Amino acid sequence: MLNIGLDILIALFILGGALLALVAAYGVLRLPDVYTRNHAASKSATLGIMLLLFGTFLYFLEDGHFNSRLLLGIAFIFITSPVAGHLLSRAAYNSGVKLWEGSVQDDLENKEKLEQGK
Amino acid sequence: MAFQVLLNFFLAFLWMFLAVSFTPSSFIVGYLLGLLIIIAFRRFFASKLYVYKFWAVMVLLLIFIRELLLSNISVLKTILRPKIDIKPGIFAYPTKLSSDWEITILSNLITLTPGTLVVDVSNDHSILYIHTLDIDDVDEAVSSIRDTFEKAIMEVTR
Repeated sequence: MLNIGLDILIALFILGGALLALVAAYGVLRLPDVYTRNHAASKSATLGIMLLLFGTFLYFLEDGHFNSRLLLGIAFIFITSPVAGHLLSRAAYNSGVKLWEGSVQDDLENKEKLEQGK
Repeated sequence: MAFQVLLNFFLAFLWMFLAVSFTPSSFIVGYLLGLLIIIAFRRFFASKLYVYKFWAVMVLLLIFIRELLLSNISVLKTILRPKIDIKPGIFAYPTKLSSDWEITILSNLITLTPGTLVVDVSNDHSILYIHTLDIDDVDEAVSSIRDTFEKAIMEVTR
């Protein structure tokens, strides 16, 4: 009985992770500019991969095999992927990539003025 | 704080040497006894008891995970809507945090929050430039950052 519950949990984790990765890819295609695409890529892909790895971890744990490398992988992705998203959007902004024309506000444009006013 | 942890380890080893038993279980017993001693002598330490900070780190981790789940649901909703109606923009967020560590953790948290992404940090570390998917929600985002994240990070660092 317990094993069936665990199996369902594993299936949910893996399917959920795959679904999130799919939605992230769809978002990268559908959203209009670099920055909004980055939202989809840096959030959904992170959680998607973390869920996939955790489902795999539980799968091996059921067979009595504790694979600590999967846990380490989860931790590393959790730490590094927001930083990657930040660096990508920062590099894009500094090399002059324009925001989508539907954007309504850009405080970074007058960065110098904001910082001088302080 | 690190000093207290180290002292607790030392007391645990002292217990192992007194009991002449070198097993993990006697280490744990010694650690718990040392923790009691450290709690009893708490007024001699300059900083707060490290147990509180440990608790604050756990709270921060839980907030991290909750925000990650919520942000995924909101991005999912935005992407799967038949017509994309977003109003992206960049707003400036003045922060009270000062050290590099605090700013790093805060920007990671913001990046994992629903609909916000850090684009740049000002040179004097006082302003974060945040790209948001929906500029109408800015007030809500700012107040949630200020009330939950900054507070939780301050609990850990001071």
